[in-house]
Amino acid sequence: MNINKGKGYRVFQICNALLMAGVCLVVLFPLYYMFIVSISDGAAIMSGQVNFLPKGFSLRAYRAAFKNNDFLKSYWNTIVITVSGTAVNLIMTTLFAYPLSKQTLPGRTFFMRMAVFTMFFTGGMIPSYMLVTNLGLGNTYWALILPGAISVYNMIIMRTFFEGIPAELTEVAYIDGANDIQILWKIILPLSKPIFFTLLLFYAVGHWNGFFNALLYLNDKSRYPIQMFVRGVVFSGETLSMAMASYNSSSEVGAELLSEEGAKYAIIILSMIPILVVFPIVSRYFKSGVMIGAVKG
Amino acid sequence: MRGMGLGNSRRDRKKLWNQIYRNRWLYLMMVLPVAYFIIFKFGPIYGLQISFRDFRVRRGIWGSEWVGLKHFRQYLTNPGFWILVKNTILLGIGQVLFVFPIPIIFALLVNEVRSKKGQRLIQNISYLPHFVSVVVVASMVTTFLAKDGIINKIIAMLGGSGHLFMQDPKWFRPVYWISNLWQEMGWSAIIYSAALTNVDEQLYEAAVIDGANRWQQTVHVTLPAIKPTISIMLIMAIGNIMSVSFEKVLLLQNALTYEVSDIISTFVYRQGLSGGQYSYSTAVDMFSTVTNFVLILVANRVCKLLGETSLW
Repeated sequence: MNINKGKGYRVFQICNALLMAGVCLVVLFPLYYMFIVSISDGAAIMSGQVNFLPKGFSLRAYRAAFKNNDFLKSYWNTIVITVSGTAVNLIMTTLFAYPLSKQTLPGRTFFMRMAVFTMFFTGGMIPSYMLVTNLGLGNTYWALILPGAISVYNMIIMRTFFEGIPAELTEVAYIDGANDIQILWKIILPLSKPIFFTLLLFYAVGHWNGFFNALLYLNDKSRYPIQMFVRGVVFSGETLSMAMASYNSSSEVGAELLSEEGAKYAIIILSMIPILVVFPIVSRYFKSGVMIGAVKG
Repeated sequence: MRGMGLGNSRRDRKKLWNQIYRNRWLYLMMVLPVAYFIIFKFGPIYGLQISFRDFRVRRGIWGSEWVGLKHFRQYLTNPGFWILVKNTILLGIGQVLFVFPIPIIFALLVNEVRSKKGQRLIQNISYLPHFVSVVVVASMVTTFLAKDGIINKIIAMLGGSGHLFMQDPKWFRPVYWISNLWQEMGWSAIIYSAALTNVDEQLYEAAVIDGANRWQQTVHVTLPAIKPTISIMLIMAIGNIMSVSFEKVLLLQNALTYEVSDIISTFVYRQGLSGGQYSYSTAVDMFSTVTNFVLILVANRVCKLLGETSLW
């Protein structure tokens, strides 16, 4: 790699470094901007003084969010959906991926083709909606959990990982009379922690960020997940003005102003916190997971 | 596979049953997942038949009158439908033309960064947006591009005049592509970066001995090495032309931009679920599902004919 250190190459290196720094800046700026607005003084935001640096310091927007019952409720709902949904995802995906990783299983190709077919051909929005409501799942969290219980893509990633586990490791157990369920539980899963963790995070992020199924199936506002709350705050403004009204009535006279923009961004930031916290810890796992998928193609 | 042979003799059949019996625990495991696929994936496919009926909630699927291709004829002759198709395809094609190649270039450039630590840092930052929800991305886009949003402020600082981006049909597609690029560039690049780390170092050494400079090494060694990855990703991208990110379009569009922002899926959502026209909108939706399916098959076929890697 260190051959060919001409002048042109050095110029290229400098330009490239600048370009990469620019890319990082562009990627991070929106998040940074929302953060500085959310902690700035309400009056400064409203008079348009907050551009690249925070102005004043105020946690009003965050306090308002925490006093908003709809916000807290939706946050809790999302935790419930994410935990239970991810558990269903992992159980179902493992139960399908493990049998399909066995080369000698009669019908393996058939089941695999069936699953892959559903990746490319679906019934679409209306028939899915009719099915879910006909099953009586409308307005329940099952409607957000069951229709996407297995992601075929994730299942393939997991199957590929299982296929890479040497058969010798399980042979002895078979000879000792263990059945496949025991082997999966006692031998395969402990060896599969990286992939299990990766898929856990893929699925959990999907649930945390999901909004469309909630829009389709939930009528009851008290069941809304956080993304629906954020959508209400930013796009209809209705939820927010209610939230702000309740905040202003409860706040003392002469208190500093709570700007609408600051309040929106505080809620957005809070909605992202679990992801921002988890992200740096797990980015390595995500990467290895994607690479396994890439090898399979 | 060996159990799958259609055994003519009794012995073969017995062998197959033996095989199945030995795997009984595995089949037991698959019961729930297979039931899931049948109910939640094939159930809606079965439900597609309402597009050939006049669905009435009271009568149910079976009781509703069979009308054959009525709905299909109705929309295929409706000019409004072809605008939806055009909008969908243009958004999708733009995605392939502008958003698809940039992660490849980005991965190549990251690969040129000298320090490994620097590479890691850039990669980690660049794929952070992938984990941001579509609601948050759409929220950022709308508030940043609002009349008094930060983008208009920056334009004003540079001496330009403000613009109502979200209300301007001309800006809808660029805004959609750029926000996709912001969100997915780093993530899409991971796959190419992974392919790049697998390129045999000896190939570069040989190229250097032959007198190739950096650029020639990129063209003659790096690109051919990641070509299979690129072609697989291209098949998938082409296959997804019709399935543009429905959620994002739904969040970003408004009545002022419908002429360019209304796509097949948002129309299906509005007419079908809000408007109650189940049969008609299912028929419209089927157009995009079938087109998508055909596109995937064709793209895969073409890749095979060109001697490239294919999906199957």
